[in-house]
Amino acid sequence: MPANTLKDHKAEQRIVRTRVWLALFFMVVLVFVLIARLFYLQVLRYDEMSTQSEENRVLLQTIPPVRGLIYDTNGKLLAMNRSSRSLTIVRELAGDLDKLIADISELVPVTDNERRRFDQRIRRRRPFEPIPLKFNLDDDQIATVAVNQFRLPGVEIDADLVRYYPEHDSFAHSVGYVGRINDRELRTLDSALYSGTYVTGKIGLEKYYESVLLGKPGYQEVETNARGRVLRVLNRVNPEPGKDLELYLDTELQRIAIEALEGRRGAIVAMDPKTGGVLAMVSNPAFDPNLFVTGIDYETFDGLNKNIERPLYNRATLGEYPPASTIKPVVGLALLAHDVVDKETQIFDQGWFQLPGSDHRFRNWNRRGDGWVNLYQSIVRSNDTFFYKQAGALGIDRMHDFLSQFGLGRRTGIDIGEERPGLLPSREWKRGVHGQPWYPGETVIAIIGQGYNLATPLQLAEFTTILANRGKHVQPRLVKEDMPDIQSPEWGHDVDVSDDDWDLIINSMEDVIKSQRGTAYWRIGRDLKYRIAGKTGTAQVVSIPQGEEYDAEQLKEFQRDHTLFVAFAPVEDPQIAISVIVENSSGAANVAKKVMDHYLLPRLNPSLTHGLSVDEALKAKVEN
Amino acid sequence: MAEQDFVRQLNDDHGFARTQDWSEKFHIDFLLIGLLLILCCAGLLILYSASGKDMGGVIRQAAYMLVGFVGMVVVAQFSPRMLMRLSPWMYAGGVVLLLAVLFIGIQSKGAQRWIQLPFIRFQPSEIIKLIMPIVVATYLCNRPLPPSMKDIVITLAIIGIPVALIAKQPDLGTSLLIGSSGAFALLLAGLRKRLIFSAIMLAIPAVFMFWQFMMRDYQKQRVLTFLNPESDPWGAGWNIIQSKIAIGSGGLYGKGWLQGTQSHLDFLPESHTDFIIAVLAEEMGLVGCLMLLVIYALIIGRGLFITLKAQTLFGRLLAGSITLTFFVYVFVNIGMVSGLLPVVGVPLPLVSRGGTSLVTLMAGFGMLMSVHTHKTFHHRMR
Repeated sequence: MPANTLKDHKAEQRIVRTRVWLALFFMVVLVFVLIARLFYLQVLRYDEMSTQSEENRVLLQTIPPVRGLIYDTNGKLLAMNRSSRSLTIVRELAGDLDKLIADISELVPVTDNERRRFDQRIRRRRPFEPIPLKFNLDDDQIATVAVNQFRLPGVEIDADLVRYYPEHDSFAHSVGYVGRINDRELRTLDSALYSGTYVTGKIGLEKYYESVLLGKPGYQEVETNARGRVLRVLNRVNPEPGKDLELYLDTELQRIAIEALEGRRGAIVAMDPKTGGVLAMVSNPAFDPNLFVTGIDYETFDGLNKNIERPLYNRATLGEYPPASTIKPVVGLALLAHDVVDKETQIFDQGWFQLPGSDHRFRNWNRRGDGWVNLYQSIVRSNDTFFYKQAGALGIDRMHDFLSQFGLGRRTGIDIGEERPGLLPSREWKRGVHGQPWYPGETVIAIIGQGYNLATPLQLAEFTTILANRGKHVQPRLVKEDMPDIQSPEWGHDVDVSDDDWDLIINSMEDVIKSQRGTAYWRIGRDLKYRIAGKTGTAQVVSIPQGEEYDAEQLKEFQRDHTLFVAFAPVEDPQIAISVIVENSSGAANVAKKVMDHYLLPRLNPSLTHGLSVDEALKAKVEN
Repeated sequence: MAEQDFVRQLNDDHGFARTQDWSEKFHIDFLLIGLLLILCCAGLLILYSASGKDMGGVIRQAAYMLVGFVGMVVVAQFSPRMLMRLSPWMYAGGVVLLLAVLFIGIQSKGAQRWIQLPFIRFQPSEIIKLIMPIVVATYLCNRPLPPSMKDIVITLAIIGIPVALIAKQPDLGTSLLIGSSGAFALLLAGLRKRLIFSAIMLAIPAVFMFWQFMMRDYQKQRVLTFLNPESDPWGAGWNIIQSKIAIGSGGLYGKGWLQGTQSHLDFLPESHTDFIIAVLAEEMGLVGCLMLLVIYALIIGRGLFITLKAQTLFGRLLAGSITLTFFVYVFVNIGMVSGLLPVVGVPLPLVSRGGTSLVTLMAGFGMLMSVHTHKTFHHRMR
């Protein structure tokens, strides 16, 4: 220790000793400050503090906000709040909780599930907050509990508001539903905003607009006695009710659309091409959203979840189907825009097409062939061979880029969260996902909307809207007003194609229905009251082996073809654009026609209905 | 060998009592250990009530205490010389761990304080609590006292690096405690009065800068709420208002053990951790609080006695810093719960529930015992 030897140890020890005594002095002073503080609180202010503690406890009670209502376009309620009675327990007054709940369950049944939810809620309560144990008590149960209330300490019957969907199944997928806040949500939701609120939006608009619909809770400071009884309200901040939503959806149109499906599985999306407003959105079969509001029991949920017809699944936005021939008008525009064909270009259809150097036959749906056809006729007849022949010249990448302008292959950005993007294949996509090069034969299949192509019914309605608007893009929306808090993704630029090309394609779509050669003529083309432009499609569910004829009757029901139909009307001033898919069955065009009739007839010619409802007017017309 | 002979000879010369022999042999200070045992028992009684008669929690805490006592005895076996020799390595290791927290630490409740190892997760800041007084004492004991300006600057840098890293996690309470433990060693080493005054003058703008640029919103909120709890009675002010009511309503003799309404009706938040003194105050009154303060005072008094009796400068600085830091714990905790100081998240030592801080504190007392019971070569030079 050479350094140490130079140091003056005596002096150093003196320094430290002085400092220790100094520190001791300060510590004694500070301890006396603490003691003085305790003396001040515990002796001088004892009376006041003791009063606050023992007799008058000021409590903060939450007043939950009223959830916003949801209206259809005519002001009809689609989601409302109904008064409901629930059994609540104030933990601080309850004493032995297990015994109390055992006593309660002798009067009204308490399921394990209800008990478990209750235990979760009680861990996150404020002091003296009534915690609900059972919801939706009926009159008998209320009476039973009321009679026995004297021996159930802390038990109260509270009236609160419960969500109700008066249209039951009709809007289950679009409006969605609210449900009890679950464990995962409990961790993520802002507990200040949700105090006193036990439900949150689970799917559909109820979820997407949750922050708007919820509102803000209010508070009241109340003075209670030692047993928690409220003596008086000191101060009150009123809750801010949630904002109401007004939709483009039309309850009547929705009902007509559901009825038109006649119980078959399928989806319908109808849009107003001017606003993008969704007028009807059907996914059939559906379910009653009221089942979920106060908690669905396991058996019912399992039954819905495992049902082979998949009622919980929103086919309109999640169902990805091959768009099939419905995309031919858009592909036709691509051929014109890239000068692959002009309106004169003709080919001879012998019923099939072969790529050079291959003996695989790509067949036309009409096996005998349509003879000489041009683009116009190919759309009217839905001729496959014409498009097969152009596949090589157009190429998959140009097809991908052009079709993506029509919203295929990406989410439309509609204001519900449940949406799939579909699939618009490209060379790049295939290399990324499958790690394989693109084969020319795949373009041949892709160009008629089969192969890898997938689109949701909403996407079909979206591109039909763009066709109806001659290139102008509108975003599909359910809610009329823009909500500043909720930013939906904006995308899309208008499609730039020459007027001649639009005319050719739209005229050909009109002849799909109007001309006797058109694929939809025999179903809906006779006796038209207004001009419709449309396109049929048939999506193969199973691939048919080469050279084999197939018989729909022989296939099991779920392996039959889906039929698709897209249309807009009236052609000169489009007011409705619609897409229909009927799973494993024919008749999509008929469904679309019924919906369009209901929507358009009263609008186009009010005198036509003579003040009668559309149904009555149609019946009267048939009788004439 | 010669050194051991010398020590034995010395003991014989002075005729130490039998307990003193045992104390030296096993490096245990029986008085300190007795006081700590009394404190721990009192702590368990309070905890039982504060946790709502949760016997499981009390047993777990007792197990931590056992670990703490064993840890204390183990640490006491390290001689001060060995601590001195290891201190640069401990310091370097501690700073590396803090840097690791910054980059690969685990986030929880908005702070990044933990490191995850295969079996345990721990807070490196707790280890720094132990290292800081050793390092500062080591540095200063080899320099002439009172320290020169250069030594002061170097010491402040040694203190500042880990303090800044911990403040960044953010953990303001711990960083202040660690900073003060280093500062105490420096103060004991004899800082000149002029320097202390100028430091205070510098502190005022520093506090302003700290407020503006370093503090997180929740920390500012705590300070603002402390200054005026009534401004946010249902949010951050709730704790302070309720703990003041709990303390005040205890009166002179309290409501009786297990009879506190504030804690048992869940008005008092964090009643088994940072705010546990409010439970004691409510149930045992002013008398109970004074009894607890007496136990703390005796422990601190023993610490100061050890400081004064220590044979080396290193021992004096180390023991003094540990003792004063322990006092700061007690003062800051009771001060914040009774509304004298802002709520900075400092537990009541050895009473609040929680194993980590308990084990760290006990290890600190182990070092006190080490200073007191290892008779070294140095004392010959007195």
